[in-house]
Amino acid sequence: VTVEPGIERLLRDLAPQVLGAIVRRYGHFDAAEDAVQEALLAAATQWPAQGVPDHPKGWLITVASRRLTDQLRSDEARRRREAAVTLAEPAGPASHAAVTQDGERASGQDDTLVLLFLCCHPELTPPSQLALTLRAVAGLSTAEIASAFLVPEPTMAQRISRAKQRIAATGARFTMPPAGEWAGRLQVVLHVLYLMFNEGYAATSGEATSRPELTAEAIRLTRAVRELLPRDGEVAGLLALMLLTEARRPARSALGGALVPLAEQDRTRWNSGQIAEGLALVTGALNTAPLGAYQVQAAIAAVHAEAATAAETDWRQILGLYNLLERITPSPVVTLNRAVAVAMVDGPQAALGLLAILETDERMAGHHRLAAVRAHCHELAGDRAAAAAGYIGAARTATSLPERRYLEARAAGLAAGARDTGAAGRGPGAGATGRGLEAGAGAGAPACGAGAGAREAGAAGGA
Amino acid sequence: VKYLLMIYQNPLTWQGMPESEKRAFMSDAGAIVDELIASGEWVGGEALADPSTAASVRVRGGVPTVTDGPFAEAKEQVVGYCIVDCESQDRAVEIATRWPDARQWGMEVRPILSPDGVEM
Repeated sequence: VTVEPGIERLLRDLAPQVLGAIVRRYGHFDAAEDAVQEALLAAATQWPAQGVPDHPKGWLITVASRRLTDQLRSDEARRRREAAVTLAEPAGPASHAAVTQDGERASGQDDTLVLLFLCCHPELTPPSQLALTLRAVAGLSTAEIASAFLVPEPTMAQRISRAKQRIAATGARFTMPPAGEWAGRLQVVLHVLYLMFNEGYAATSGEATSRPELTAEAIRLTRAVRELLPRDGEVAGLLALMLLTEARRPARSALGGALVPLAEQDRTRWNSGQIAEGLALVTGALNTAPLGAYQVQAAIAAVHAEAATAAETDWRQILGLYNLLERITPSPVVTLNRAVAVAMVDGPQAALGLLAILETDERMAGHHRLAAVRAHCHELAGDRAAAAAGYIGAARTATSLPERRYLEARAAGLAAGARDTGAAGRGPGAGATGRGLEAGAGAGAPACGAGAGAREAGAAGGA
Repeated sequence: VKYLLMIYQNPLTWQGMPESEKRAFMSDAGAIVDELIASGEWVGGEALADPSTAASVRVRGGVPTVTDGPFAEAKEQVVGYCIVDCESQDRAVEIATRWPDARQWGMEVRPILSPDGVEM
């Protein structure tokens, strides 16, 4: 069925609100989702011909409620038949009577937020939180989510249904978390949106082009959260971070999908609209809200965005921001990124000292990004042999194909440069001119987005 | 991250095992697969026919040579594989540790290269 783009967009925006309203009324996450799907399908087939109703959301809620109550009633009848027991009183959905009492107090927007809180329930693992959020809040089909994560559809279906069972088992209610838990729960929601963005950002360098754009979904959902919580500095910071990172997308891959490092990107191809919006958001947040990790990461991305060329990058300011970030959310990935800034400000030897300390951290030891940054420092220090060997070692431990290719190319470039010293001025060995090898989060980009330790070691951490 | 778990066996030892022991192996493996399906980590996997049915193919100077038997001559051969999608290599190793063949022969855990990546 092809639906007009206008109606499709409307349905996508309304879907989480309708699902939220239905779950709030009746509970039964699973059955509610089926009922909402049926209502959306009915709308997609009827509205183009009959016109969009005056109150589209009310229409969808009515249709979905009817489907759900029919379903619950027939389930109940079947259960009774099967049990062959006459119940004194029909045990209809407990919350059924509460529907009208509950009324329409909460707006549809609040329903979206409550639905996000439910999908990002702390009892779930991050992959489950992500999958469920994409399914229930973003409205992606199970097949689309499976294709985004490159797993078979039954695997993803299982992950989603287990997540729902888990939520049901915890007895989680479809309500706002109590005031005392609010901040912690919002932190989990933001972390899930951050992971969603990272997955999408890493995927856009991939070769499979039919994968849905998770970055667009993450930005859309973060915008929705920001509309609900316009004064929250971290929500603004996360949205800014996403926009400033996404802005580089047109410049980050060369023909054939090869990754172009930040320092070599054609900055005229960066999306200026997204940069302007991201800069305004982060500036506003830093001036008005308590400081947080997303804001600092966005600020780092902003410093990069403001440099017209890589050579003009204000590394001193970036180093200061990493010092700050390390105090807010200490993690080996943040330290690794700080080392990149240290190399630019205090020189490669100082950075190598910092990396030696990281070697002893078992979360980082053997990680290809640590090896890559070390190789980069050797390159800056003029030790081409150590740099080339380091890049080869890093390539060997990378589990991302584009990153491995990039690292192999760096090693090959150094070898070629060593043979042809005459071309050093423009060859890949000319690292001293400020070729910054930024480790993901350093550029405000996902921290180790595709690395093995991505989820544990994410710079923003969400902890 | 996805991981390939390669299951190694000595086919001769396997053939000599009593039927009851073989059944125990298979039901142990089946239970792990069910668990991985339930956890959403199972991506796929199959058992392979006997290594003697293998054909090894090499092309040199445009000329293909096909020989019977597996690529490497060894007592232990790949007899099956699983692909799992899990959080860490530690978790993949944990799954391999529980696989029945690990008790008798061995398992090899290999991360699968992802087509995704970010610029540095």
